[in-house]
Amino acid sequence: MSGTRSHSVRNQSVKSQSVKNQGATTSITRRSDKLSAWAAHHRRVALETLHQLLANPFSSTMTWLVIGVALGLPAILFVVLQNVAEISGDWGGKPRMSLYLKSEVTLDLGRSFSAEIERRVDIDRAVFISSDDALREFQNRSGFGEVLSTLERNPLPHVIEVIPLSPDPLDLSSLVSVWEEHELVERVSVDLKWLERLFALLVFAERLVTALASVLALGVMLVMGNTIRLAIENRRQEIEVVKLVGGTDAFVRRPFLYLGFWYGLGGAIVALLLLWLSLFLLSSPVEQLAQSYRNDFALHGPGFLGALLLLVTGALLGTLGAILAVSRHLADIEPQ
Amino acid sequence: MIRFDEVSKRYEGGSEALSRVSFELADGEMAFLTGHSGAGKSTLMKLIILMERASQGQVFVGGTNLNRVSSRQIPHVRRNIGVVFQNHQLLFDRSVYDNVALPLTIAGYSPREVGRRVRAALSKVGLSDKEKKFPQSLSGGEQQRVGIARAVVNKPPLLLADEPTGNLDPELSQEIMNLFSQFNQVGVSLLIATHDLDLVKRMEKRELILRQGRLASLETS
Repeated sequence: MSGTRSHSVRNQSVKSQSVKNQGATTSITRRSDKLSAWAAHHRRVALETLHQLLANPFSSTMTWLVIGVALGLPAILFVVLQNVAEISGDWGGKPRMSLYLKSEVTLDLGRSFSAEIERRVDIDRAVFISSDDALREFQNRSGFGEVLSTLERNPLPHVIEVIPLSPDPLDLSSLVSVWEEHELVERVSVDLKWLERLFALLVFAERLVTALASVLALGVMLVMGNTIRLAIENRRQEIEVVKLVGGTDAFVRRPFLYLGFWYGLGGAIVALLLLWLSLFLLSSPVEQLAQSYRNDFALHGPGFLGALLLLVTGALLGTLGAILAVSRHLADIEPQ
Repeated sequence: MIRFDEVSKRYEGGSEALSRVSFELADGEMAFLTGHSGAGKSTLMKLIILMERASQGQVFVGGTNLNRVSSRQIPHVRRNIGVVFQNHQLLFDRSVYDNVALPLTIAGYSPREVGRRVRAALSKVGLSDKEKKFPQSLSGGEQQRVGIARAVVNKPPLLLADEPTGNLDPELSQEIMNLFSQFNQVGVSLLIATHDLDLVKRMEKRELILRQGRLASLETS
């Protein structure tokens, strides 16, 4: 600041001074310097805002919990829905139909009919179960073995278990109508209504969760907006001073955007913990239930990508909410 | 450095704070702006740092016509002007060092450069040993000197001071004025608004007197 050199530098800068000239008179002309200073400032602001949040653990945690619940609820529902869709994929993807053959159909005729069905392009598999096999299985499983063995004649017909390629209820019903007319077939059994209902229910549930998630995402942004608005109010004087000494809007905005980012990310971490906790609590009853259906189904978590998606969504919503609040309130604060 | 060309400022509600004010502050000049409260001193200062816009006339700072400055460009104009406030406008949750560093951080200086300049500015105002302190722990005079260090840390060609000695006793006021003189001697232009007429007399600099929004006289020492 002293001596004739700085004097002359200053006078030059006075002459060349323009609005675009950012007031730098000496050494800060190199672009790379400026860029690295900018990056350093981002890092610093990011860390400072995180530090601020951690310095007020109570109020920060409250906000994180609110956002965590709002993000966690739809996340849990989505994961449950995915699991349900997976189960129904196992069942609904391969709906079975049973063709009960007429009692006069012989074993050989039944077998060749079964093979004929399996050759069709729209059929995945056809399994012939002879009346004797069916009776044996029924005896083993039903516990009526004693009673059944007293019968003089096997009352069961031959059955062909058919697994069509397409799970679409429309295709199934057309197959049913073909075989119901067939001369060898007594009756066709397939629970189409049940499948249709399940599919409709899944579509409905998916829409419902999507709607719920949208509403809650809006909620997160509003909570964020309000929190950031309060933060802006609290730092009114600081904002005025920064603007007075030449802080650009971007500079003033930056800490609040990082605040939103951290709130959103922290909320998403809470949501992820809630999700894992819920899955942990659900997994053992669900597996018991699945075992009672002779199914080795296990609940799947959100996976790495799902967890990442949740974190990104949280951080994004927080930042968006902050952008909303900042664009709404920051312009009002001008030095008086 | 500063040129006012028939500048008037009317506030909403009709009162005219400044009417047809014209004057020029040369490069490297130091001048005082005096007048009763309400005479328009603050309004004039606010026009220079674009806290307000002129209703009529033109204001030039360092050759830039402020009428042509868009609100996006305002920060860049302000970086060329150091401002010292009566109430310091310090941030009380930050150390002296961070307060003084603020304009440099805003302008994007590297941390090393920031450190060098902040220490130079603090040593200039005699507060080298207080950089880690917080503003509350300083006296009024020291707080004002922190404010001055912040105003000059960016080496602006122009320094404005609005009642810089308003809350200080005569001895401290004189100290602050001597500091301003030193900046003036290395080429900084200064415009100091004050109602401390004794001090103005002692400094023997040009005096711009505002009376009810009009420039009453241009006294040169």
